[in-house]
Amino acid sequence: MFDIKALYEAFSVEEATRLLLEHPEARVMAGGSDNLIKIREGKLANREFVSIYMIDELREIKLEEDGTLRIGSLCSFTQVASDPLVLKLVPTLAKAVSLVGGPQVRNIGTIGGNTCNGITSADSGATLVAYDAEVELHGAEGLRRLPLRDFYKGVGKVDLRPGEIQVAIRIPRSSYEGYVGEYIKYAMREAMDIATLSCSVNLRLSEDKKTVEDLRIAYGVAAPVPTRALAAEAAGRGQPLDQNFIPKVLAHITEGLSPRESWRASQAFRLHLIKATAKRALETVLQRSGVSQG
Amino acid sequence: MIVGKSMTRVDAPDKVTGRAKFTEDLLKQGALVAKVLHSNVAHAIVRSIDTTEAEKVPGVLKVFTCFDVPDIPFATAGHPWAIEESHRDVADRHLLNRHVRYYGDDVAAVVAENEIACDRALRLIKVDYEVLPFVLDAQEAMKDGAPLVHEGFPNNICGHSEIHLGNVAEAIKEDGLTKIEGWYETPAVQHSHIEPPISYAYEEAGKIVVVSSTQIPQITRRVCAIALGLPWGKVRIIKPYIGGGFGNKQDALYEPLNAWLSQQMGGRTVLLSISREETFTSTRVRHGIRYHLCSWVRQDGSFAARTFQCWSNQGAYGSHSHGVTAKGMGAFPQFYPCPNVDCEAWTVYTNRATSGAMRGYGIPQVTFAMEAHTDDICQQMGFDPLEFRKKNTMPVGYVDAFSKNENYFDSIRQCLDKGAEAIDFKRKQKEYAEQSGDIRRGVGCAAFWYNTAVWPISLESSSCRMLVNQDGSVQMQLGETEIGQGADTAFSQMAAEAIGVPFEDIHVVSAQDTDVTPYGSGSYASRQTYVAGFAIRKTADILRERILNYAHEILRFPVALLDIVDGKIIRSSDRRELMTLGELATQALYSLEHSVQFSAESTAQIKSNAYSFGCTFAEVEVDIPLCKVKVLNMINVHDCGSLINPQLAEAQVHGGMSMALGYGVTEKCLFDEKTGRMLNNNLLDYKLGTSMDHPDKMQAFFVENPEPTSVFGTKSLGEPPANSGAPAIRNAVLQATGVAINENPLNPHELFRAFSEAKLFDE
Amino acid sequence: MNEEKNLSQVCAQQKATDREIQENPELARQMKTIRFTLNGRPRQLTVDVRLSLLEMLRNDCGMTSVKRGCEVGECGACTVLINDEPFDSCIYLAIWADGKDLTTLEGLEGPHGELSDLQQAFVDEAALQCGYCTPGFIMAAEAIFRAGKRLSRDEIRRQIAGNLCRCTGYVNIIKAIEKVMDQRFGPA
Repeated sequence: MFDIKALYEAFSVEEATRLLLEHPEARVMAGGSDNLIKIREGKLANREFVSIYMIDELREIKLEEDGTLRIGSLCSFTQVASDPLVLKLVPTLAKAVSLVGGPQVRNIGTIGGNTCNGITSADSGATLVAYDAEVELHGAEGLRRLPLRDFYKGVGKVDLRPGEIQVAIRIPRSSYEGYVGEYIKYAMREAMDIATLSCSVNLRLSEDKKTVEDLRIAYGVAAPVPTRALAAEAAGRGQPLDQNFIPKVLAHITEGLSPRESWRASQAFRLHLIKATAKRALETVLQRSGVSQG
Repeated sequence: MIVGKSMTRVDAPDKVTGRAKFTEDLLKQGALVAKVLHSNVAHAIVRSIDTTEAEKVPGVLKVFTCFDVPDIPFATAGHPWAIEESHRDVADRHLLNRHVRYYGDDVAAVVAENEIACDRALRLIKVDYEVLPFVLDAQEAMKDGAPLVHEGFPNNICGHSEIHLGNVAEAIKEDGLTKIEGWYETPAVQHSHIEPPISYAYEEAGKIVVVSSTQIPQITRRVCAIALGLPWGKVRIIKPYIGGGFGNKQDALYEPLNAWLSQQMGGRTVLLSISREETFTSTRVRHGIRYHLCSWVRQDGSFAARTFQCWSNQGAYGSHSHGVTAKGMGAFPQFYPCPNVDCEAWTVYTNRATSGAMRGYGIPQVTFAMEAHTDDICQQMGFDPLEFRKKNTMPVGYVDAFSKNENYFDSIRQCLDKGAEAIDFKRKQKEYAEQSGDIRRGVGCAAFWYNTAVWPISLESSSCRMLVNQDGSVQMQLGETEIGQGADTAFSQMAAEAIGVPFEDIHVVSAQDTDVTPYGSGSYASRQTYVAGFAIRKTADILRERILNYAHEILRFPVALLDIVDGKIIRSSDRRELMTLGELATQALYSLEHSVQFSAESTAQIKSNAYSFGCTFAEVEVDIPLCKVKVLNMINVHDCGSLINPQLAEAQVHGGMSMALGYGVTEKCLFDEKTGRMLNNNLLDYKLGTSMDHPDKMQAFFVENPEPTSVFGTKSLGEPPANSGAPAIRNAVLQATGVAINENPLNPHELFRAFSEAKLFDE
Repeated sequence: MNEEKNLSQVCAQQKATDREIQENPELARQMKTIRFTLNGRPRQLTVDVRLSLLEMLRNDCGMTSVKRGCEVGECGACTVLINDEPFDSCIYLAIWADGKDLTTLEGLEGPHGELSDLQQAFVDEAALQCGYCTPGFIMAAEAIFRAGKRLSRDEIRRQIAGNLCRCTGYVNIIKAIEKVMDQRFGPA
């Protein structure tokens, strides 16, 4: 039995907002894989919760008219990983969430919960940031959208106002069309693990495959929140695709990143991994783009 | 023949349907719940405990503290009782402790109507500690002035022993010797059985009954009785199916506290379910041991002299203490015999989690050090690792003066040859000899030595009871326990063979109940198949004699001409079937002239032991920039005598190899230097390998040399598979990269450190 | 039937809840009636909203095959199927089962106690030792078959990666699942 002070169940988005405003102390519980564990640990014991798990309208994945891919926040990782639209348009996201925990965790864990808990190691986090995704929030004043990058406010902190819940993740067509991506989850085990470090890369080449038109590299656990390696991206963007391309990117790869020193991994090791995973991911992406890298 | 066949596990149907009852499945509704308050400091004296707020929580019935428990120190290790006081384990803990000796020590307990009330109360108990300095490292703990963990143990030394052969000082003066020296370090790891320890206790018929997930019901009964100050007969332990033990449940863990709490609650049923986190922090771990090994080697690859020193981290309490360390040390001079050897071992109290028994009992540790050292010698002196082992290992006819164990066959060399062939060692060794690039492969091997049972260090005896039903089937009870290894199936096979009835006609009573079951020390030391074999044979002989004597009364033929075969009484002269055992048993029981129920019971004392041998071959792929080892292929070869059940033997080897793989690559308990807290006390942070972390090729092979001292030709297999995997992997990484890593596990952190040092990264 | 008896029994936690409700009437609204199917049979239960599905299945429904191993979704011993997909019942609120189709290991055997081909394969391949993780593994494997797709060995490994086993090294578990895969889909 979980030590829950009160549990309020919402069956619609409006009801969720209403309940959250009525019970300002209450926290949102999506799949519960995070909250229930913290209740058991005592960290969130004897608190109020609004369960949004039964709001089925948030389990839809669809393509909007302008080509934006819209993923309902309560979609499970299993659902995202096997969705035909996701697999076709943003396959790197499918790969990233297929690496979460194990099958059971992928069934209960939601993409909304994964981004709302503000954890830097979240497998969806780095990849969604590398896709320049945005979040859609529902609150008392209706809908609000902002880039996921701005949604993250710090360790475990996201930009959710009182009464707001996240209802969808949106990836605009311009963010995915023409890009080839790769996600590397670096962990101590091949399953049931959280990332020691994760690297997500999206690359778009010119039509003649001779120039790098765009490059986005995002990391998990390289900073307090999922973070883009902007300096390295700039170093690679617009560059000719020759043998110097990867070294040029790698030369700036750790700029602006600040991996933590902890018992789970030393800072030196994480800095090493930032470079090693980027190199591996870029090599894979180039190979997948049909370019033999010089 | 029934022995030697792959009979289906007797418990398999119940285990695939969910009918198999484990401790929690037997608990009746309405039990009280107890939880333990663990210290959040590593070393302290409890000044006082304020339970006022905790007691106010609705549903809380009582809070007990370290000031309430009986002042009876007790020992917890699963060893048979020693009549001689000097041979007993150190009694160094109380039910709850005022002198807190590690982060996670037991200081108070709450009994409540439900779990939530328990948890809330635990958070409200206020403990006032007089905090003391603490020490986590064994060698640091031995220094003068180090914090003292237990009174009466100067320099925290709780065990020390030495072995000296020949004269090392003289021997090393020989010309042309190469001295190879190395430090090796093994970590604390946790058993991680999937069922955490759990028990419930209640009073019935004036006794305290504890139903518990234990490997050792008889010993647990004794420990509970001592801890509570009760006559032994006043305690009854019931052991149902258990979800793994691997040595952790070869200790009385929380059963004594559970019994006492029920007693304090007037005999009401109290459940004490230990969480996963507590299992890590506050039950037992495998000893982390540091080794310093030196070998003086001749240019022909023979040893002139060797020295061995080790420091074993006992943690806060005795449990299985120096026995583990000493067993490992004992292996050193035996495995590669050398005329001049000096060995010295210390077991040292520290303020860390208590170390106890874990699959291998000191041998996985020493095998890591010894076999890493073997490959270091080979690498530095240019010997072939396989040939060097075969040259130096124990010869046929070698006898250990202490245990009287004899090496009857050339098992180690046979195992090495079989493994080398199976993995294509020589070809791969050549193929992987000269590599460059980011991703490299390597092969390695390691061999081990193991004993069977604990004679002559302590008692080996085993009891068995057989009772013939009216249909000729046999009820059999043993004190030895099924803990997943397949013991009940092996026992049934041996009994069917020994009595002469079909396998299906043996009904082994799986659960032990100390009020009913005859004495057996329980599941440890890879002893059960060996020792129970004697008890089964002895009891079956008595039973057969009684059956055949009665058959003679009815059938008139002399006993010498009668036999029991496949559940039938036959005349052996012409193999004629005279009647079934069922017909005889029914006639005998309901006879108006001479009514008999056929039964037999006996205790066999075993005054022998047996060497068990084997080896591991591993093939790895090392990703240097990503600091990862992937084990591609792992092969174990064992000589555990004649196999009782080949399919189950193979399965047991797989499990041991899996544990060795974790020991080699992923598993390690981490302790915070600043607080002494175990950092990774859960299954997310403690990296137990998943199905995706295991190699696709994980194979078991056997060399079946029948053990002459066993009535069924068998010897130990339970623990041996866990012994040699880690060093084989380590040696394969050495071949792949040229980097000798002397600390397991070879996880990415360790590889990053080692590869950085070796300058393998191109940056 | 065992199951019926268990239903009529009031579990310890329920009793505690009743007392708590008396002391704190606020908690009355913390009970909720849910309807679901369990192993093919429709059920209705009034449960505490704080209850985990694991506790409900074990204590209120008598499904003791559902094992408690870690209580935080790390070991898979409590795996059950919800609408044919595997979930860790320890981190799933019982009230969320409302309207769902639940399957536990007890639901796999036939009406006369016949073992399913999957259960039989676990027996034949010695895919179990202590047996504590076994119900969870069989349910994880059952989910593979309910999804109805032939999987490669690597894919099987992935689908059972949420279940930890300390006894078998997974070798015979994978062998058993592959055997049923061959029986159902024909040899690969």
